[in-house]
Amino acid sequence: MTDPEPTAVDEWSIRRIVRTMIPLLAALSVLQLVSGTVLETYEEVLLRYPALLVLVPVQIGTAGNLASITCSRLTTQLYLGTYEFSPSNPALRANAGAVFALAATVFGAVGVAAWAIGLALGGSLALGRVLLISLVSGLCLAVLVVVASVAAVEASYRIGLNPDDTTIPVVTNLCDIAGVLILFAVVSVVL
Amino acid sequence: MNPMPGHDSARDIYRQALPVIAVSLIAGLFAGTILASETMRANIAEVPGLLLLLPAFLATRGGVYGSLGARLSTGLHQGVIEPRFRPSRRLTNAVVASFINGMTVSVFIAVVTYATLVAFGDGGSLFQLVGVMVVAGFLSAVLMISVLISVIFVGYRRGLDPDNVIGPVVTTLGDVFGVFFLLVGVAVVGAVS
Repeated sequence: MTDPEPTAVDEWSIRRIVRTMIPLLAALSVLQLVSGTVLETYEEVLLRYPALLVLVPVQIGTAGNLASITCSRLTTQLYLGTYEFSPSNPALRANAGAVFALAATVFGAVGVAAWAIGLALGGSLALGRVLLISLVSGLCLAVLVVVASVAAVEASYRIGLNPDDTTIPVVTNLCDIAGVLILFAVVSVVL
Repeated sequence: MNPMPGHDSARDIYRQALPVIAVSLIAGLFAGTILASETMRANIAEVPGLLLLLPAFLATRGGVYGSLGARLSTGLHQGVIEPRFRPSRRLTNAVVASFINGMTVSVFIAVVTYATLVAFGDGGSLFQLVGVMVVAGFLSAVLMISVLISVIFVGYRRGLDPDNVIGPVVTTLGDVFGVFFLLVGVAVVGAVS
């Protein structure tokens, strides 16, 4: 109140950058330990079948990527007024359809690649198995990405928060973690 | 430019998103190949906690250097930093802050991983984990900072919007070199102790 023209906060001070980022990064790493615990639990299986180890980074990255594309598209459409929370909404259908098609393409290609790399590195898992694991976990992931993105956009809109600021970091990280959980749920069923 | 951004069909979205997804897929496969290599599998078997810290280590690379990229890009667009490889207060501060963030979080991950191992009764060595993360964190910082600044500045001078470049660069380099530097970290700590 005493200062009518407050001095601008220095966005480029080292202190400020470090102070804003460290709590976020620390929380993020603790959250990611959930995936780490799953990996550690399956250590023996992963060491026996290198093809599965190849799948891990892809699974971590692709889930978050699909989620961030879906969230930012839904948010844009919400503000443009073309999105509506209904199964017959054309924008929602197009987004969901694209996520499924992308997941099928990516995880099909990854299944074949991981099998070939695994074979070259001395693995013995059959192509059918690797492809089955990759595709089933990829499509489960697509369902999760669509459901989580729609729920997050809807929830943050109702609470009155801008979904652009809130949904992407939350849903991206959750889907990355869920990607690993789903992968090993499928592995434990298939193997 | 799409004249009706709200009315893309599933096919349009697929075609627009596929290149970005493909980049992250190729990066993931490279990272996966290093991870599944014989040397790395031997490391995983020998060093307790390596798999436990892997997702956190990869995710924080994205967080630290993605935000450095976004900050530099905003600064360029606002005209408060210049696309030149010359020390200026803002550029230096952004780089130093991301270096501090990267190193602090790497050590933090090592400590939390060690605590988790102890809690589950799996043993493990705090010295080894901190050592691996300091080496891997330092090498990632040097590589990511120098590549990001070069790509953003050179791209900007040639008329590229840095906002479109940062994502793929951070994902690709972060994952591939993240796993590789973990491997180097284990070798360095093994040689020292």
